[in-house]
Amino acid sequence: MPFKRFVEIGRVALVNYGKDYGRLVVIVDVVDQNRALVDAPDMIRCQMNFKRLSLTDIKIDIKRVPKKATLIKAMEEADVKTKWENSSWGKKLIVQKRRAALNDFDRFKVMIAKIKRGGAIRQELAKLKKASTA
Amino acid sequence: MAPASKLSQGIKRASRSHAYHRRGLWAIKAKHGGSFPKAEKPAAPAEPKFYPADDVKPRTPSTRKPKPTKLRSTITPGTVLILLAGRFMGKRVVFLKQLKSGLLLISGPFKINGVPIRRVNQTYVIATSTKVDISGVDVSKFDDKYFAREKKQKAKKTEGELFETEKEASKALPDFKKDDQKAVDAALIKAIETVPELKSYLGARFSLRDGDKPHEMVF
Repeated sequence: MPFKRFVEIGRVALVNYGKDYGRLVVIVDVVDQNRALVDAPDMIRCQMNFKRLSLTDIKIDIKRVPKKATLIKAMEEADVKTKWENSSWGKKLIVQKRRAALNDFDRFKVMIAKIKRGGAIRQELAKLKKASTA
Repeated sequence: MAPASKLSQGIKRASRSHAYHRRGLWAIKAKHGGSFPKAEKPAAPAEPKFYPADDVKPRTPSTRKPKPTKLRSTITPGTVLILLAGRFMGKRVVFLKQLKSGLLLISGPFKINGVPIRRVNQTYVIATSTKVDISGVDVSKFDDKYFAREKKQKAKKTEGELFETEKEASKALPDFKKDDQKAVDAALIKAIETVPELKSYLGARFSLRDGDKPHEMVF
């Protein structure tokens, strides 16, 4: 019930609306009640409404509005990229991107693989059923 | 000072007789025996029997030459295409080349999905990004004339035969077409079998299922 993810300097967030949709950014300052100053290694620092940000669990140790190089160094030390890619949220997004990029032949191969997997599971299940009733 | 061509407004330098001599028409007359040679008048056309009521300009035939059909950049020889209309709707076929008429030459291959060597229009086709290696296939003999319909021989019917149902000779595929199909497909199938699962992919039809968003699908 208590809040766990807070808006604070160093909080990593995901942009969920607009031109930078899907980008991971770091909150480097708070402008006012509604807006934050955000920055990312491959982006120009800009202000964003909190409504456009989804807070993550990751927080890095930075001072208010660090220089770009300092920010990049802090992100590397906290290893934001691997933490994100290993989180279930991050993993889900990677899978979604991969699925969207599948071409027609890939989708066919996935379908065949799913059918084969289902068949193998059913065979095992039938074996187990037979073993338990025997 | 050279003599001026006119002395004053309306008064020429040369007198009437001098000017006549200078022009030299007397020499031409003398050459042709006294009279100036008369050019022969071209024969005047006979008076037409009919004059149209309105003066209508005759239409000039159009000199417009249509441009050759532009082939979509995603379609290259060997591309797998999905047919969208016609008898083979949904089938995945291999693109061979573009014919002069702009139509695309495709083949199933016939053994895999039943689509023969055929022509299809670009607009009824989705190009996928899957490519088959067709370097071993010779398609130089196929052109639009190969696919032209055979002209029917119209025999005069007697009155009795007019009311009989006409027994049309069933059009069997000529043997040379069957051989052409086999030749093209032999090379194609060899290339297809090197890629795993491509053969069954080409044998399956494409369809949309629940949840599919074709405008978001990557082909």
